[in-house]
Amino acid sequence: MGYTLNFNLIWRHFDKLWGGLLLSLELAVISIAIGIVIGLLLAVWYVSAGRVVRSIIAAYVEFIRNVPLILLVYLVFYGLPTVVDIAYSAQTSFIATLSLYSGAYLVEVFRSGLEAVPRGQIDAGKAIGLTPWQRLLHVRLPTMLRITLPALSNTFLSLFKDTSVASVISVPELTYGAQWINFNTFRIVEVYLVVTAMYLFTGYALLYALRLVERRFRAAH
Amino acid sequence: MSVTPPANPALLDVSEVSKSFGSVEVLRSVSLQVTRGEVVTVIGPSGSGKTTLLRCVNFLESYDSGSIRIDGKEVGFRETGTRQRRSERDLAKMRAETGMVFQSFNLFPHLTAAGNIMLGLRKVRGKSNTEARAIAEHWLGRVGLAHKADSLPAELSGGQQQRVGIARAVAMEPKILLLDEITSALDPELVGEVLEVVRSLAEDGMTMLMVTHEMAFARDASSRIVFMADGGVSAVGPPAEMLAAEFDNERLRSFLARFRASHF
Repeated sequence: MGYTLNFNLIWRHFDKLWGGLLLSLELAVISIAIGIVIGLLLAVWYVSAGRVVRSIIAAYVEFIRNVPLILLVYLVFYGLPTVVDIAYSAQTSFIATLSLYSGAYLVEVFRSGLEAVPRGQIDAGKAIGLTPWQRLLHVRLPTMLRITLPALSNTFLSLFKDTSVASVISVPELTYGAQWINFNTFRIVEVYLVVTAMYLFTGYALLYALRLVERRFRAAH
Repeated sequence: MSVTPPANPALLDVSEVSKSFGSVEVLRSVSLQVTRGEVVTVIGPSGSGKTTLLRCVNFLESYDSGSIRIDGKEVGFRETGTRQRRSERDLAKMRAETGMVFQSFNLFPHLTAAGNIMLGLRKVRGKSNTEARAIAEHWLGRVGLAHKADSLPAELSGGQQQRVGIARAVAMEPKILLLDEITSALDPELVGEVLEVVRSLAEDGMTMLMVTHEMAFARDASSRIVFMADGGVSAVGPPAEMLAAEFDNERLRSFLARFRASHF
């Protein structure tokens, strides 16, 4: 029995994949942006807070890290609206989930980054009379960002791949587009080959761009 | 027309300061006065509390008892008699009155040489960007680095970084400059350029309290030398007397003997 590859049907529906790819990127960018805000706020709060706040933040991080993303997606999309009276689109729900998800990972990244700022720099900030807030803003955060930039790029890359989970709640991103073409044309091998290539290529392009940014940032600092 | 200075113009007055890290007593009732324009050098074996003393003066370290006053004002504690730590805001204000230069330079790596100097001028002294830049350039010129204003710390040699560190501290016009073993992390051939800067500041009348292992420099540049041992002040005096072989302090003599043996 021979299976002849036929990509014609894929190209006919390529707009589904192209639109899906753009949506995947959009989901990843929005989620990491919100995740960075969550991660920064909680990390700064964590390092300056007492035991209670610390254990609450740690509980959030541990919860997210130990529950599969797909379950979190189900919980937020199907679970939450049945308990509390809110309504949102699948896309909004997914962005919220992925933001909380990346936020939890970034709390850890930023927290260890803040703790890795050399003591001497903080002393120098104190010695010229900076207040704690000024030290955070002008001494600790800039150094922390420099330390954490590679980890931040990696988080963004894996987040881009994680957007494929949104297909389970019918968000029309790239993987969902692939499924749609598969169901309607049965060209399963072709469509997943093409989509794999698209993830790979985009991933590499992102990695390359981010490494460039990192290098420029390191040179400039 | 002349104004008579007050009877006891001790700019820095350290009085019976003690401090322990756990069960280890690092400072034992240390008292020390520095008058305006004086250069006082603290010497002593490692672990004798020199650096801790310096770090107490701008309250990078707290202390358990005694008092430290600059210009009559208690540094780290409120003057209510209850020994209550000052608020972080007040501490920041007090610290802005002292300058500190560190053994490991501690420049802000993301800021240029000028940027390092400008940060405190802008955020603490409230200078405009232009004013701060002008002051930074002035001081970079003083330490011989006018051409390095826009270099990042990573692009500078150790000696250059330390000169920026000094410029950053003095640009704030502190009442007293604290120098914590500022040449210890430098390659021997870079020590001279840094000490030259300190010497010129001393000639300008900058009040300084420094910890150093550069005995020759201590002898030439200081008005007084303080010898610390085991967390206490063991001897104080003018450099010529203190460093003379026949000075009447057994511990100082053996410290200097060991020091000479290891350095020559």
